Amino acid sequence: MKMSQSPWLLHYDGSSCNGCDIEVLATTTPVYNLERFGVINTGNPKHADIFLITGGINSQNAPVVKQIYDQIPDPKVVVAVGICACDGGIFKECYNILGGVDKVIPVDIYVPGCAARPEAIIDGVQKAVVLLDKKRQQMDAAVRPAAGRA
Amino acid sequence: MVWQKTLQVILFLVLAPFAGGLLSGLDRKVTARFQGRQGPPLLQPFYDLAKLFRKQSLVVNKLQTFLVGGYFVFSVFTGCLFFAGGDLLLAFFAMTLGEVFFIMAACSANSPFSAMGTQRELLQIMCSEPMLLLAAIGFYKVTGSFMVDEIVGTRVSPVAYLPGMFLGFLFILTIKLRKSPFDLSTSHHAHQEMVKGTTTDLTGNVYALIELAEWYEEVLLMGYIALFVINREWWSIPLAVLVCLLCYFFEILVDNVFPRVKWDKMFRSAWLVTLVFGGVNLLVLLCVRLIH
Amino acid sequence: MGVVAFLIFFPFLAAVILSRMKKQSRARDGVVAASCILIVAAVIGLTVKFLSGGTSHSYLIETPVWNAAILFGEVFLMGVVFYFGIRYKKYYVLLLSAAGTLPIVWLELSGRGIEGRPHITVDNLTIIMCLIVGVVGSLICLYAIGYMKDYHRHHTEYRDRSSFFLSMLFVFLGGMFGLVFSENLSWMFFFWEITTLCSFLLIGYNQSEISIRNSFRALWMNLLGGVGFSLAIVYSTLTLHAANIQDLVGFGTKGAAGVFVLVPVTLLAFAALTKSAQLPFSGWLLGAMVAPTPTSALLHSATMVKAGVYLLIRLSPLFCGNAAGTMVTVVGGFTFFATSLLAISQSDGKKVLAYSTISNLGLITACAGVGRYEAAWAAILLMIFHAVAKSLMFLSVGAVENSTGSRNIEDMHGLIVRLPKLAFVMIIGIFGMFLAPFGMLIAKWAALKSFVDSNSFLLILFLAFGSGSTMFYWSKWLGKLISVSHGSKRHPDTVHKGEWVSMGTLAGLVVVLCVLFPVISSGLVRPILMRMFHTAAVSVISSGDIPIMLLMLCMIVVLPVTARLLTFGKQNKPSLAYMAGVNEGDDRTFVDSFGQKKEMYLANWYFEDIFGEKKLLKPSLALASAVIVILMTVAIGGAF
Repeated sequence: MKMSQSPWLLHYDGSSCNGCDIEVLATTTPVYNLERFGVINTGNPKHADIFLITGGINSQNAPVVKQIYDQIPDPKVVVAVGICACDGGIFKECYNILGGVDKVIPVDIYVPGCAARPEAIIDGVQKAVVLLDKKRQQMDAAVRPAAGRA
Repeated sequence: MVWQKTLQVILFLVLAPFAGGLLSGLDRKVTARFQGRQGPPLLQPFYDLAKLFRKQSLVVNKLQTFLVGGYFVFSVFTGCLFFAGGDLLLAFFAMTLGEVFFIMAACSANSPFSAMGTQRELLQIMCSEPMLLLAAIGFYKVTGSFMVDEIVGTRVSPVAYLPGMFLGFLFILTIKLRKSPFDLSTSHHAHQEMVKGTTTDLTGNVYALIELAEWYEEVLLMGYIALFVINREWWSIPLAVLVCLLCYFFEILVDNVFPRVKWDKMFRSAWLVTLVFGGVNLLVLLCVRLIH
Repeated sequence: MGVVAFLIFFPFLAAVILSRMKKQSRARDGVVAASCILIVAAVIGLTVKFLSGGTSHSYLIETPVWNAAILFGEVFLMGVVFYFGIRYKKYYVLLLSAAGTLPIVWLELSGRGIEGRPHITVDNLTIIMCLIVGVVGSLICLYAIGYMKDYHRHHTEYRDRSSFFLSMLFVFLGGMFGLVFSENLSWMFFFWEITTLCSFLLIGYNQSEISIRNSFRALWMNLLGGVGFSLAIVYSTLTLHAANIQDLVGFGTKGAAGVFVLVPVTLLAFAALTKSAQLPFSGWLLGAMVAPTPTSALLHSATMVKAGVYLLIRLSPLFCGNAAGTMVTVVGGFTFFATSLLAISQSDGKKVLAYSTISNLGLITACAGVGRYEAAWAAILLMIFHAVAKSLMFLSVGAVENSTGSRNIEDMHGLIVRLPKLAFVMIIGIFGMFLAPFGMLIAKWAALKSFVDSNSFLLILFLAFGSGSTMFYWSKWLGKLISVSHGSKRHPDTVHKGEWVSMGTLAGLVVVLCVLFPVISSGLVRPILMRMFHTAAVSVISSGDIPIMLLMLCMIVVLPVTARLLTFGKQNKPSLAYMAGVNEGDDRTFVDSFGQKKEMYLANWYFEDIFGEKKLLKPSLALASAVIVILMTVAIGGAF
């Protein structure tokens, strides 16, 4: 059984206008039905595999995002949803905005759009899931040679 | 005799996780259908468990693993005791011991969410415990034994004498299975006001142990339900399975229909239901036996 | 006989020596320790001698000299009560004391007293009580040496009268031994009054306003029980010509005299209920918590309150199926339930312990009142296990208070990091109080079975609901202890060596008793019960369950290893507790909405508005009083 069969995601709203957040929630409705892939929208970083962020990073939430990222156990994938999360978007020039999510944590998948369409978000999650398996393999590979040497 | 019991224990150890996982899968599927969704695959809980075992474990302290281990071991032990035909009361005490380990595990995390979850969890146990005890006493009064293997050998299904106990137990089952309206301490659904309550700070394989223990517990609770139905006739066993499935379906229905209640409502209603259904049933039982 | 005399007299001798010694001297510590060792040795010697001999012994049949001495002693005790009553202007105690003592004096002086029956008896139940009083009591005295030093260092506002304190502890032990060995009711009454007076003096030790008030409350409640006791003696001497517990029990409730036996039995049961702090009289035990911890531990967990239930167990065969029995079971069962609810609302560690003591005593009382073999078995085992586990709890709370300056459960947050050894001892104590496979639970289990078998509907309900609330208040305490908050410093461990010896021994006993209970049951408890109830041996816990419980114990012990195996081979990475991403790095502070550091405080639930004293105490007191008055009237009135 692969990691990708059970992706639990954590949704974090940075400084989004709520447009993308509504679309993220829309993916869990019967119409888009993200749960059919085994996705659970968990509210807890410690149970999450996919960190889904909407909105840009400002100076107030930068440490929060960092801490939440640290509290997600490996392997984990970060998905930036919407153009603001990708690079700051329309708020990029604001005095308090640092920019996209990649200013504070490494982002794996960028889902553009303003607001990002549910189909695009599902597509992003699907890509993230594949990456999850790959990261798990890398972790195993990193452990095995070490074990072999010992 | 010993061989048979060992076999029963081994069967329980091996089969219970599958049964419990399937029940959980069924739950998610049925719930999704209630909500007009397709729902995850039936085997989704197994995928989840496998994933959790392969995740990295973040621990908040060294004690936690040990305490969760205690919870797991004693939950499984309770089930073994029950399905090997052991003493109902002893099984009940072993279950309490396991629960206390769970509470300690959650408390040791020292986080606001698990701390609040713990208090609620304690309240949930306090709500459900009297009914569980009364049900065990009811079985004893009807069959003359606390031993499970003697209770199942009765001539008439105990539920005939214990209808009140059965209803009370069904009420408590909602608390024990952590279904809405009584999923106060931790919930199977996302987005509770307390994150994940008691299990907030458990990760990876430690959390997987909790899930696994819950499956064992689910099977144990179904076993209790079956105990109400089974008698010495062969047909009572398929009937018991059917009743179990119906009860489980009923719990899913309740879960989807009711919103979560506040803790004080749960406390008052649970003790009232226990007193009215369990208590009256017991009183009738005692009076009838006294006349004999 | 020599050992018995030693056990009764030696503590008094030690008390006299101690009261003459300088405070805070090495010599005094030595005397206390040596006396404790001697008492424990004597108790163990007596037990071994008794077990190898096998049968019970009765002594002192004709004792005019001793009777006179006891009479003199009773008058002396009355004088002491008079002195304090007048000094503090509490004249009602004078009345109560006179009402209790004068009838006995009249009985003896007018020559109506009954002679020719044994005054002292040694049997299995006495041995069990001796072991409890001797071993647990001595450990508490040992603990008191170190505790009192720290106590006066922290409480400079109180005058240091620790020599008096220690000598009172020994007087108390002597009184308890006397009470346990006495077969004659007037002798027992004398020792009964000694324990009353001792508890009065020990509770008032601080001489602060509140402790004086509480000590007088304890005095009048216990003296009231004493009045009941002495009325019982007068009645049984005059109408039944029996002044002996065994003779009283011998009458049984069937037969011509049977109905009249109920009168003294009901009165004695009333006395026992006051002594064991059952509900309308629970106030004195709660108030007694103002005293230094050894007092609480000695009087209110291990020994004095056990005197009441001891008497009830002695009388247990007489309670089967009559109004007196109903009174005892209903009051006991109700006390168990109501005080376990009240305990939920308390955050003061000692108060929780006090309520839990009352609660457990209620259960023992209820068991004794059922008047059946299995129930009495449960009562005796509850008594043993409770004495050990509860005194361990009291001592460790006292040690925590001396180390951290607080005995509030909220302040024990994260004790496992700050004072790991004490926290560990406390965890053992709490496990011993309510979890399988430890002693209290085994006895509770037996109690439940006997309630079910005797069809006592009310008791079953009380036990079912009460065990839920018992679980609640213990578990949340456990949760406080075990919270691991990062970055908290270890407290300096100021616990004295003597204190560790007693706590370590008690903790060991909690675990060992759990393994040894079948031996205790078959060796000590069963023989006496078979004689008391004239039945064949019944095994209360089926033999198949005992190995399972031992297995559970082993599992708890080997759990650390299993836990390692279950979480196989994973590198566990340490992490912060989840606080919505604003954890400041030590699990104790977070960033608030103003961007500032804020302390986090995690409190337990206390349900003040549901289970608080304000809400529950008065109705329960009223209810229990009503039950006692009505059922006593029925029981005594039914005899005529």
